[in-house]
Amino acid sequence: MVKKLLLGTLLLVLTGLAGAQGVELTGAGATFPYPLYSKMFDVYYQTTGVKVNYQAIGSGGGIQQLIAKTVDFAGSDAPMTPEEESKAGSEVLHIPTCLGAVVVTFNLKGINELKLTPDIIADMYLGNIKYWNDPRIQKINPDIKLPKLPVTPVFRSDGSGTTFVFSDYLTKADIKWAEKIGRGKTLNWPKGVGGKGNAGVAALVNQIEGAVGYVELAYAKQNNIPVALIKNKKGNFVKPDIESISKAANVKIPEHLKVSITDTENPEGYPISSFTWILVYKDLSYLKDKKKAKELYKLLYWMTHEGQHYTKELDYAPLPQSVVKIIEKKLTTLTFEGKKLQ
Amino acid sequence: MKTRKYMDKIFKAGIITFSILTIAPLFIILITLLKWGINALNLDLITRIQRPVGERGGALNSIVGTLIITTIATIIASPISILAGVYVAEFPDKLISKITAVSSRLIAGIPSIVIGIVVYLWCVKPMGGYSALAGSIALAIMMIPNIVTATAESIMMIPKDYREASRSLGANFTRTTLKVIIPFALPGILTGLLSSFSRIAGETAPLLFTSFGNPFLNLNILKPMSALPLLIYNYATSPYREWHQIAWGASLILILIVFLVSIISRLGVKKWKA
Amino acid sequence: MIKSFKGKTGEGGILPPFAFLKRNKSEDFIFIQILKASALLVSIVIFAFLVTLFLSSWPFVKTYGLRALVSRVWDPINESYGALPFIVTTILVSILALLLSIPFSLSVAFLTKTRNLSERVKDLLTTSLNLIAAIPSVIYGFWGLVALAPIMRILQLKLGYPPYGVGIMTAVLVLTIMIIPLSASIASEVMKLVPEELEEASYALGANTYETNLKVILPVAKSGILAGFLLSLGRALGETMAVTMVIGNFNNFPSNLFGPGNTIASLIANQFNEASGMHQSGLIFLGLVLFLITLIFNFTGNLLILRRVRK
Repeated sequence: MVKKLLLGTLLLVLTGLAGAQGVELTGAGATFPYPLYSKMFDVYYQTTGVKVNYQAIGSGGGIQQLIAKTVDFAGSDAPMTPEEESKAGSEVLHIPTCLGAVVVTFNLKGINELKLTPDIIADMYLGNIKYWNDPRIQKINPDIKLPKLPVTPVFRSDGSGTTFVFSDYLTKADIKWAEKIGRGKTLNWPKGVGGKGNAGVAALVNQIEGAVGYVELAYAKQNNIPVALIKNKKGNFVKPDIESISKAANVKIPEHLKVSITDTENPEGYPISSFTWILVYKDLSYLKDKKKAKELYKLLYWMTHEGQHYTKELDYAPLPQSVVKIIEKKLTTLTFEGKKLQ
Repeated sequence: MKTRKYMDKIFKAGIITFSILTIAPLFIILITLLKWGINALNLDLITRIQRPVGERGGALNSIVGTLIITTIATIIASPISILAGVYVAEFPDKLISKITAVSSRLIAGIPSIVIGIVVYLWCVKPMGGYSALAGSIALAIMMIPNIVTATAESIMMIPKDYREASRSLGANFTRTTLKVIIPFALPGILTGLLSSFSRIAGETAPLLFTSFGNPFLNLNILKPMSALPLLIYNYATSPYREWHQIAWGASLILILIVFLVSIISRLGVKKWKA
Repeated sequence: MIKSFKGKTGEGGILPPFAFLKRNKSEDFIFIQILKASALLVSIVIFAFLVTLFLSSWPFVKTYGLRALVSRVWDPINESYGALPFIVTTILVSILALLLSIPFSLSVAFLTKTRNLSERVKDLLTTSLNLIAAIPSVIYGFWGLVALAPIMRILQLKLGYPPYGVGIMTAVLVLTIMIIPLSASIASEVMKLVPEELEEASYALGANTYETNLKVILPVAKSGILAGFLLSLGRALGETMAVTMVIGNFNNFPSNLFGPGNTIASLIANQFNEASGMHQSGLIFLGLVLFLITLIFNFTGNLLILRRVRK
């Protein structure tokens, strides 16, 4: 009996190992684009048969695992820091895949729209504004009766690019925040509860009355939780949607593509917009399999071209054409064992 | 005088109440599990793999993953643990036995997340990727103490006469152990094996940094693989109602596997003894 | 089951004694070496574990010494590695869970000792406890998150606290349920060891159930029960999944029992994937610390049980 069981398992293991015919790519990182990526990779599998296993463990995790070379590519909404790039050893390309928005969402019964300013948001997270009916909030929302409910900030418990974008914005727009907290993927939050991934934050905001949280737009839309209109640099209260995101991205994009577009100068731009990137080493030799390297190139090309069709329906903004041109040039620089991939 | 009677009554009422309250959570959780889990138990759950939100997805890849990872872990852990258990039982006074017994207990005390960290450093980084095998290794380490103890205790319960009778018939230590002692100890050993199996089937922490997860159905143990606990963890912390439903269904399936293996081990043991 | 021996030399025939003995002896030698090697392998595993943990923590300890254990701020990007909040929260949550579990485990143990209860009921109790112990941690976390937390929120609102739902108290409640089976079963086993004559003598002298159980049996079984508690404390300390799903993941000292916090295990689960260099070394160091704390409790518990059994 035992022998049969062992034999069966051995057979299964061997079959499994033998079945490694098709190319499979492994990626990890940002939860910000996960709704889009899971759709993209699903379609990609249906159309090409290439399996892309992407685990949304947060941008921090993605970057570290790319540095450790345990994954083929990483997803991140935060560009690599100089320390991270030096740890990586060789050059890492940042390939933008779409534009998204970090929205401020909240849980207040019966209230679906709210205007907020960066200093209010900062003070809610710093613990300086303790109740929703604070005069500062009430002042810019005169038509809404705000309840005396404690403010519960919700943040990310994992290393997050979304946190980076959020804090990057607040660092630019609020001096108190810049001094006390600053920007980063993991911050020293003085108050509140942490959720795992954008999904975890959305879940907690959904469950806790009086909660305020920051999530990518798609998560707010998918879960029917309200989003705040945020006062941008030019003084306008802007609602996050595909247009206001694209407007914020209407800036000169540098060749290295690692640009932050928060706190936009554009009067109709949403102030907490961001690119999100797929990170790959320029030298793909560590993939050990030339076929794999070629598939990775094809995947990246597809994501930034045909894949863009799936952005709008999931509330992400497509890449501007100027950016796509730069990406195409960048992708041709990918090498495998010294030679260009072409 | 009356105080004593009074205290006696309170005491009796107390221990009954507290005992009922102890098993109350079990029923509450099981009922919750059954209510929402059965709702989720449809064909989709066991025939479909993970899909994006909004598409019909299921837990097939995770179910298969759990079965593969746990079985491989058992296969890895069993030989070493059983043989070590035999040694400890047969030569209890040797230094190696004493060290092994202590080591076994030490392993049992390692927090499961720490096991995950160490196996990540041992396997995932050097191998250049996450894999089901790394997950199995982590789980196998967790199984060692249980199987060693179960083996040693089963063997120690066998009366000395059996061994002496076998020896007197001319059999050496090897034959005696393999053909007499182990067969008699087998029920206990198998119980230890199967109870370890059902215990680690539900472990999540060791798999976080080793097996990683995989939305596709994967049979290759050198690649990342999903497992029911990982699925439940990810879906439970999400805000999507449909994913919560799948998590309940997956929880029900996981508990069924755990309970089923326990029952089989107990029945199988009875049958063997007969 | 004793089969006849068909050696290579045929069915039990008369053989030159030397050949027989030599083959048997060499077979034994090989077999015992294999057994020895397997036993050694088990020890090598734990040894290698400890070596890995120490080596990987060393860079952190070399740079920051043991200051991390008493510093209060955990902020890796600003190179501040204060782990005191997590150590305190880990111990706080575990001890509270233990204290809360005591009346339950003792009640179950007393109940299983009573003669007045039918065997079937006692079996039901034991089976239920086994089932509670068999439920995986992640399912407890799931249940805690979607079933217990909402109830906690209602309670918190009534008491005037922010309705977090997740937090220290929720984690303690879930942990309590999880550790009761272990301490209950050890307490039951230990109480069974108390000689019946003692119990009968007590009743014969006119003591009632309350007095016999609390003043006679309990003191005698004291050290064993304490051992059970220490072992459950050890279990609670290392618990990861259920805790991380309901504790709120707040990296500072909890402001009150209803507020969120973070344990060492939960911190590692949250941050290990993204950590490298000093941060990773620091987390591994904390893992080592957690292991050592758990070790002390488990070791003491086992020692007490051994002494109990020898008595």
